[in-house]
Amino acid sequence: MIEVRNLFKTFPAKPEPVKAVQGLSLKIPSGVCFGILGPNGAGKTTTIEIMEGLTKPDQGEVLFRGETVISSGGGHRAPKAWSRAIGIQFQQTALQDHLTGRELLELFAGLYALEDPKQHVTQAIETCDIAEFVDREPKKLSGGQRQRVLLALALVHAPEVIFLDEPTTGLDPQARRTFWKLVEKIKKQGRTLILTTHYMDEAEILCDTVVLVDQGRVIDEGAPKELLERHGVKNLDELFLMRTGRDLRGDV
Amino acid sequence: MNNLILRLWGLFVARNKEFYRDRGSMSWNLLFPILIIGGFAFAYGGKPKPLFSIGVVERGSVTVTTHPLMEWNYARFVAIASSPEEIEKAKEKVSRHQLDLLIDVEPAVADSAAKKSVGHFWVNPTSPQGDTLEKMLASVQGVSWNRESTIGREVRFVDWLTPGIIGINMMFSALFGVGYVLVRYRKSGVLKRLKATPVRAWEFLFAQIMSRFALISVTTAMIFTGAYFALDLPMNGSPFALALVLASGTLCLIAMGLLVAARVSSEELAGGLLNLMTWPMMFLSGVWFSLEGLNPWLQKASLISPLTHMVSAARSIMIDGAHWYEPTVLGPVGILLTISLLGLALGSWLFRWE
Repeated sequence: MIEVRNLFKTFPAKPEPVKAVQGLSLKIPSGVCFGILGPNGAGKTTTIEIMEGLTKPDQGEVLFRGETVISSGGGHRAPKAWSRAIGIQFQQTALQDHLTGRELLELFAGLYALEDPKQHVTQAIETCDIAEFVDREPKKLSGGQRQRVLLALALVHAPEVIFLDEPTTGLDPQARRTFWKLVEKIKKQGRTLILTTHYMDEAEILCDTVVLVDQGRVIDEGAPKELLERHGVKNLDELFLMRTGRDLRGDV
Repeated sequence: MNNLILRLWGLFVARNKEFYRDRGSMSWNLLFPILIIGGFAFAYGGKPKPLFSIGVVERGSVTVTTHPLMEWNYARFVAIASSPEEIEKAKEKVSRHQLDLLIDVEPAVADSAAKKSVGHFWVNPTSPQGDTLEKMLASVQGVSWNRESTIGREVRFVDWLTPGIIGINMMFSALFGVGYVLVRYRKSGVLKRLKATPVRAWEFLFAQIMSRFALISVTTAMIFTGAYFALDLPMNGSPFALALVLASGTLCLIAMGLLVAARVSSEELAGGLLNLMTWPMMFLSGVWFSLEGLNPWLQKASLISPLTHMVSAARSIMIDGAHWYEPTVLGPVGILLTISLLGLALGSWLFRWE
């Protein structure tokens, strides 16, 4: 179980500071795919970057199995145990030039204290079905292939929790469907997935539970079907419009 | 401990692979100094120039403006202080063809019988200019000359220039290879991705520094060895001392690159800062010309540049035959290592992943 308690984060900006996260709390059971939905600027990425230990919160904490792993009084980085427990796929990640996918996997496997790094690399290649192109440099891969290599990097140390930040943004429909199949496969392995997206079809297909986030706050929460039934709407887009008066894909 | 070594090794190997697979960058690192050295060797090669350089020991009333050879045309007269150390240095220069002749006239000790002053001169018998000047000395009236010969190998411009060119190549490779690459990593999100792993900042930086240090060491060794045989460079001092100087210089320049890269996330700003560091160093470190004739303020300013210390120590080893324990080597090495330690400590302290 992951618990996020009362997170606050403000970034300095002109003419006024940006309140990215304002008292956001979450409870994420183990082994589920948990979706954080909201338009651009809603605070999704800031929230998961705080959870990942990449951004320090102004207030609040993140607990994993009852232990505080992130807090406003903590250091600038997550404890090593938490870093080992999580795998991350960023929305946009540049990779080292001139290294093949396999070499990158070997590099990342080497950064964790793994018993058998080679076996982990083989497992990640198999899980993400990237054997065909893993020996190419990432710049020579299509968008979908690249995202699958990035997912393999997130999985290479067999983390319990996987963060996927808008993983299918910019992919064509076929590549998105391929990626969804991989996520389903990982879900079946019993790992916890935390997904941010602004594609409602993606959330409805992949997520067991979703939270709708707007202006740094949770405005609704539940299983996708249960939410639709509760509010009597056809889809999550419509629900978001109903709750905020704005389109889910619109910029804040 | 084992995991730490594995992490360091992984980062080290990855950076090395990136370097040698980036063919353009690697070729440029090897090609640039070869082109410069070759170009200068061609430009300054050929027959010796018809110019005499004569050292004049200033003693009593005999100065560089009053000595007996004043009326000779096409000669450059260099004032030498009358201390034994300065005279020894001047003799060394004669032996290396840096001076064609050294004269020391003692007006106070006159040969009363012949009513002539006694003069000493040092000449290198293998120097054509020295030979000519020796014959010309016979025409000087009123001085009884005592001849001493001093033999040594000529220092060509390319001998003098090569340590500086190697230094410049190291400077670009260190500053841009660490400074610019880290900024690019930060801008593109590679550092952010690594921050999410258990790797600590010092481990990452240590691997980057060691990778660049190893690459510069290998490329410099290759370039130096090639130039040594192709251009018949002198190596009068200890190769160990030269390695020590070059290693200290590399570390120092890498530390400066790390300082630039500690916080900057804009490639344009990093490029500007690195150029701001490299261009003054390139022209005020005595690489292309001797700093002796420069404005005293510029000479003092040049001491800020690590390249000045590295190049002067390398020349003192290769040309003057200095060993590691001599002040001309230990002094610069001490300065370079001090700047390295300060730069590495400050750069690591200031370093941010994002």
